Amino acid sequence: MEIMVTGAAGTLAKHVIDQLRDAGHSVVACYFRDALELDNRERVTSYRVDITKRGFEDVFRNHKIQAVLHLGRITTTQDRRANRRYASNVDGTRKLLELSRKYGVKQMVILSTYFVYGASAYNPALLDEEAPLKASVLDKNLIDMVELENLAHIHMFQYPELHITILRPANIVGPHTQNGLSLQLSREATPYLLGFNPMMQFVQVEDMADAVIASFKGNKPGIYNVAAEDWAGYQDALRMAGCGMIPVPSIPPGLTNLIADLSPKVGLNAFPRYLVPYMKYPVVIDGSKFTEAFDWQPKYNIEQALAYYRDKKQFKRAG
Amino acid sequence: MGLQAKLADLLIPPELKAHFDKVEKPVGDAGYDPWGFKLENAKAGMAAFRWVHDKYFRVQSYGIENIPAKGRALVIANHGGQLPMDGLMIGMAIAMRKENPRFVRAMIERFFPTVPILGNWLNSVGAVIGDPVNCEKMLEREEVIVVFPEGARGAGKLYKDAYQLERFGNGFMRLAMEFDAPIIPVGVVGNEETMPAVANIKPLAKLLGVPYVPVAPPVPLPAQMHLNFGEAMRFPNDDASEEEVAARVDEVKAAINGLIAKGLKERESIF
Repeated sequence: MEIMVTGAAGTLAKHVIDQLRDAGHSVVACYFRDALELDNRERVTSYRVDITKRGFEDVFRNHKIQAVLHLGRITTTQDRRANRRYASNVDGTRKLLELSRKYGVKQMVILSTYFVYGASAYNPALLDEEAPLKASVLDKNLIDMVELENLAHIHMFQYPELHITILRPANIVGPHTQNGLSLQLSREATPYLLGFNPMMQFVQVEDMADAVIASFKGNKPGIYNVAAEDWAGYQDALRMAGCGMIPVPSIPPGLTNLIADLSPKVGLNAFPRYLVPYMKYPVVIDGSKFTEAFDWQPKYNIEQALAYYRDKKQFKRAG
Repeated sequence: MGLQAKLADLLIPPELKAHFDKVEKPVGDAGYDPWGFKLENAKAGMAAFRWVHDKYFRVQSYGIENIPAKGRALVIANHGGQLPMDGLMIGMAIAMRKENPRFVRAMIERFFPTVPILGNWLNSVGAVIGDPVNCEKMLEREEVIVVFPEGARGAGKLYKDAYQLERFGNGFMRLAMEFDAPIIPVGVVGNEETMPAVANIKPLAKLLGVPYVPVAPPVPLPAQMHLNFGEAMRFPNDDASEEEVAARVDEVKAAINGLIAKGLKERESIF
């Protein structure tokens, strides 16, 4: 059985590909990142390809793909231009969904994020999958993530023969993860908002790979939050990750946004603006539906998952 | 151990530590629950406020055994006194009781999370914004939840309206029915005298984005507080109409009025 994995240059996809190979599957790995060696091991065929371009269809023509694990995403840390991300993430996903139908793909796993719920002071805790997606109201930088989900929802409804599973994990952390929050945890000194310590959840990248594989094997279409029964405040998380703490004024709110916007101009790059609400208010998700449906249990608790950042910093300091 | 935890460790006398060890509370490995409750903070908060409970307000609780030893429950009380001293003292009384002490949750105003420091601190000692989803999820997790169905209408009432119940919301009754949770009515007496307000400066409240700005003593006065916990009330999970639910809410209101009357009769002096 041939399985396509997008975002193959990312660390999550690498763990997923390893597990698929070990299970005897053939993997068609697609990625769009520059300057990367092709991963052409046994049972892995790699393509450096833009999924929004016409040439992408050839990959489907050349292989008999039965399942697509769509993990690829242009993140805000890779490209600050919202319109570019929209083109790649939303239009790319539409293309992928269309090709999957055209070439008889049976199953898709789509990586989303808990960010889609949006951080607001009025959020109840333990949001389940039916909670409204408010992220795009808060910040235009998150529109692509919500739109990508909307597209997938339409396909789930109109083409039930294509089994789609959407995963909304908490913050994915661990070695080589490149998302906005992971980069904050990697820093020697990290800003936080004075007087705000919102609850957060974390999934170690290997545990997340297990979750992707479990949802692929389980093949139960639907939307699932992915998070463990473990919570910590953002400031606690920074301490666990061995970060120095830089307090940033939180009132008036405009001042915080101004700092976020101006800091890159003076070469500081404090924090991306879309992160501000998430540094202030909690988005705590209920992961019980996923853990029950797929019998998934993470190996790492928060402390263990964040220890990687602390150890890395200590190692660096020791020279 | 963090600085806060060390401080808490110093603050809490040994007999109180032994008492709190009896409390069962599910938290994750990092010491928090999903709403930001932190056991250490709750214990330190209780230790700090014990003097206020025992000596300042001289809180006397009757019928506290009506709070179940374990399992979900809704504690429904009258509200008043501008500051949430009533919620705090009900929580203290249940946490300090000799048999089966428990840490309760309280539903608070939705603007609190926007206030730096205070919002997080309130969460860490058990307060949660009054959203029905929060209440549902906490009942599923077998918590005891304190609800003031009068909301800000009750907390901000003027002293001339003391001990007269404002309109009750129906939400708590719907949740009690759906989750088969017992309702324990509480009559709070004395709280209204801690901060008697003569007026509410509405334009200022509107400007500040808060529910009310009272003309009242700047600090709570040391009034004696009486908490009367009534017997548990149970309501069937049937397809009751809004009218029938309102009638059930009135039953709870009547019970609270009875408990308030009892407390007013029992108290010998206001201060």
